[in-house]
Amino acid sequence: MTNHWVDIKNANVIIVMGGNAAEAHPCGFKWVTEAKAHNQATLVVIDPRFTRSASVADLYAPVRTGTDIAFLGGVINYLLSKDRIQHEYVKSYTNASFLVAEGFTFEDGLFSGYDAGGRKYDRSTWAYQMGPDGYALVDETLQHPRCVFQLMKQHFSRYTPEAVSNICGTPRETFLKVCEIIATTSVPDRTLTFLYALGWTQHSTGSQIIRTAAMVQLLLGNIGMAGGGVNALRGHSNIQGLTDLGLLSDLLPGYLTLPREQETDFKAYLDKRSIKPLRPGQMSYWQNYPKFHVSLMKSWYGAAATKENNFCFDWLPKLDKVYDILQVFELMAQGQLNGYFCQGFNPLAAVPNKAKLVKALSKLKYLVVIDPLATETSCFWENHGEYHDVDSAKISTEVLRLPSTCFAEENGSLTNSGRWLQWHYQGARPPGEAKADTEIMAGIFLKIRELYRKEGGPFPDAIANLTWNYQIPAAPSPEELAMEYNGKALEDLTDPKDPTKVILKKGQQLDGFGQLKDDGSTACGCWIYSGAWTEKGNLMARRDNSDPSGLGNTLNWGFAWPANRRVLYNRASCDTTGKPWDPKRKLVYWDGAKWAGADVPDLKPDAAPADGMGPFIMQAEGVGRLFALDKMAEGPFPEHYEPFETPIDTNPLHPKVISNPAARVFRGDADEFGKGQQYPYAATTYRLTEHFHYWTKHTRLSSIMQPEQFVEIGEELAREKGIRGGDKVRVWSHRGSIKAVAVVTKRIRPLKVNGKTVHHVGIPIHWGFKGVARKGYLANVLTPFVGDANTQTPEFKSFLVNLEKA
Amino acid sequence: MNVTRRRFLKICATGLGSSSVVALGFPVTKAQAEVRAFKLARSSETRNTCPYCSVSCGLIMHSLGDRAKNAESSIFHIEGDPDHPVNRGTLCPKGAGLVDFIHSPNRLKYPEYRAAGSDRWQRISWDEAFARVARWMKDDRDRNFLAKNAAGATVNRWLTTGFLAASASSNEAGYLTHKVIRNLGVLAFDNQARV
Ligand code: SF4
Ligand code: SF4
Repeated sequence: MTNHWVDIKNANVIIVMGGNAAEAHPCGFKWVTEAKAHNQATLVVIDPRFTRSASVADLYAPVRTGTDIAFLGGVINYLLSKDRIQHEYVKSYTNASFLVAEGFTFEDGLFSGYDAGGRKYDRSTWAYQMGPDGYALVDETLQHPRCVFQLMKQHFSRYTPEAVSNICGTPRETFLKVCEIIATTSVPDRTLTFLYALGWTQHSTGSQIIRTAAMVQLLLGNIGMAGGGVNALRGHSNIQGLTDLGLLSDLLPGYLTLPREQETDFKAYLDKRSIKPLRPGQMSYWQNYPKFHVSLMKSWYGAAATKENNFCFDWLPKLDKVYDILQVFELMAQGQLNGYFCQGFNPLAAVPNKAKLVKALSKLKYLVVIDPLATETSCFWENHGEYHDVDSAKISTEVLRLPSTCFAEENGSLTNSGRWLQWHYQGARPPGEAKADTEIMAGIFLKIRELYRKEGGPFPDAIANLTWNYQIPAAPSPEELAMEYNGKALEDLTDPKDPTKVILKKGQQLDGFGQLKDDGSTACGCWIYSGAWTEKGNLMARRDNSDPSGLGNTLNWGFAWPANRRVLYNRASCDTTGKPWDPKRKLVYWDGAKWAGADVPDLKPDAAPADGMGPFIMQAEGVGRLFALDKMAEGPFPEHYEPFETPIDTNPLHPKVISNPAARVFRGDADEFGKGQQYPYAATTYRLTEHFHYWTKHTRLSSIMQPEQFVEIGEELAREKGIRGGDKVRVWSHRGSIKAVAVVTKRIRPLKVNGKTVHHVGIPIHWGFKGVARKGYLANVLTPFVGDANTQTPEFKSFLVNLEKA
Repeated sequence: MNVTRRRFLKICATGLGSSSVVALGFPVTKAQAEVRAFKLARSSETRNTCPYCSVSCGLIMHSLGDRAKNAESSIFHIEGDPDHPVNRGTLCPKGAGLVDFIHSPNRLKYPEYRAAGSDRWQRISWDEAFARVARWMKDDRDRNFLAKNAAGATVNRWLTTGFLAASASSNEAGYLTHKVIRNLGVLAFDNQARV
């Protein structure tokens, strides 16, 4: 989230789209209720199903699954053509005025530079026109035909209300009503917030859906404002934390990036990431990359990391490609992996196309599962009849299952969706011999280190030298680890303005990432978390819930990254002179000498407004990007592409380019996609309020509330198929088949799309062959093995099925 | 008088007991010994966070046993933390059933091993488990570690073993996991951020 849960109460308009917060994030949804009750907020819900969020909305708009870019593109067209934008904000805080390179084009569904064979783009024309001074050229009148504003107008002019209605199935009048509600927040003293979740991410165009929403917010001047922003309601309690800590194929902690194999030169690696400003006077905060990187290396390798050996740059593994979960299961299915670890992750249920996953896991030599519960993945070799029909004798994978603790049995911090790190405490001992994840990782590591000491082996350096100064080496404490990622001074640190003044003594905890150095005199395991455990102690454990401004920014509750800032880009809540756009939303302001206010300012604290430093300090331009340059795989502007399985078998905007042209599709998987003729129904998976993924089927209360697997279909489809509520139905895709009870509902209505009637089939995901609930099918028997072109998040939300009475 | 929440519960437990007993006409001193205090009044409270969705509701976990070294404490009730600025004491149906997650019959208690082709688990010790995992990993890494690529560039990577990390584990566990796994050279590394 750019903002945070409590901040939702400050919104005037709330759009729930690509999510269903009332059921999936119920206690966060209370802030929507609060905004409605005390801020007269308008709630709009846009979803294929009339969800419980929709049931309390002021306006519900149905939409076909996988068409969100068309809908939001239509909103952009409405705002631009009716001139309902926040002009000053757009001119000063976005790249609307920047001139785009002459070679950039968009024709028949493709941007310039497409390579059809490789399914990817040469992105070199997706760039600004540069002046001789090395800065990007701009036209502040926004009239130049090559400026972002004009190109954007032209690009989205195709998204007329009629085109939107034809693609999305949303009635034209309803769509226009939504547009009008959104447009009311283009004035400086009204804000809109977008609340979304997996309903936006789990598409082959997921990242671009979210980008389209961010563009709407930039046009309306709603980013950086209390009650504004683009707010991802994340799925798991610490998915934000694990992402921040970089546990992904190509990342290092704090959004630092691993080198590619071509990047053999340390200085070039740092220079490429130390992004220089693209406009005069901009902060371009990534210029500090070397400080973050070197401090991480000092944290990991201690005295072994020196200036002379480039702080062990060669020790980091170098990427030839990104090994995301789809890529890894593809390789596993080809027999190219020998070992696999699942720590608190149940991929047999959580990755698409179960048949492929079983085949892949069966080819491993060893599988290690670390989990508090008996997951399906750990038991993938067990036969469970119709729900999981395998022959154990034929599966030669050796499996080890290691019991881990759960939340109640450990100390530590989790990062919530609003970027708050909050500390929790152990309340009981774990059952049996279960151990904390930290102890299990330490146990494995110490054993391997011992083997390398005894036997030697290839490149033992990073293993032998990894810092391990924990009081009990086999059980590093959460407190020690938190202090490590916060970072400390390795030498006395002096005041840059007065070198005789020591601000931190050697060994002391850092106050924040502002103190990091690139010369090896500081260590820090995750720069964005620096400030969480300082000489003042554990700031994540703070429990002062006072809120003096009334805006909900409880600055002394826990710790929010970065730098305890609660609303990102809050500098943009003020005009160019440093005065808040809306006096009721005074997050920060310029007091004549510095930035002050109810939040930690997101700018250099003494940057005078007159100097023109832009509010988007991580960007080289200092402004928000309506044109994404070369940062996205499928283009600098979002474009509507159909899901890989589409019920209309075409794309009404450009029939020759139907689905995302830059999405990666593995050879065998393309053959497994179904066509609309054979599989006429648009299926989508989702969660229920009583269950959490595949965990709560192991808990009694949730299993009593929702004991049995079901699918939801509309009354019209049920009538057509002769199905009554409570009947057993068979649902199948091109990849597999499941049986479940049919719930026949008014909540799903047929939509008119491109001259055709499209029915949706709703498939809740919570059942499987392990647990205390009734056995059911893992829903990913049905889902397609393809992901978003940027993140590779699988397309769980839009695929095709057929169904019949069982 | 400044009454904390816990103290309030304790006052209620005895206060309510004695007044209602008096109303029934029993001699108070004798009957008081019969009145059972609220279970929560003698529990230990621990602050925690719901491990399910990212609202991260504040929790109060109630356990019996005073958490002394040799006394087993068991959590018997979990409720929302009324001081928490986000959930203000509420929990959703998932969070309300958390105590059943802690005590699920499907919690794993011991390391277990399944041999190739077998249809059953076999209990083993942690020492055996760690030794076996380390052996598997080292044998695979020794055989398949790539120090240099075809172009002769140093790449120091190990592609034949992969690791999925848990997005419900703490930041501290996540940080340590990253530190260990990356430094073995693993690139097939992911977490639930994508799913
Ligand atoms: S049923 Fe649930 S919502 Fe209703 S009063 Fe009881 S706890 Fe509250
Ligand atoms: S109680 Fe419900 S809303 Fe709160 S964190 Fe847990 S799952 Fe989310």
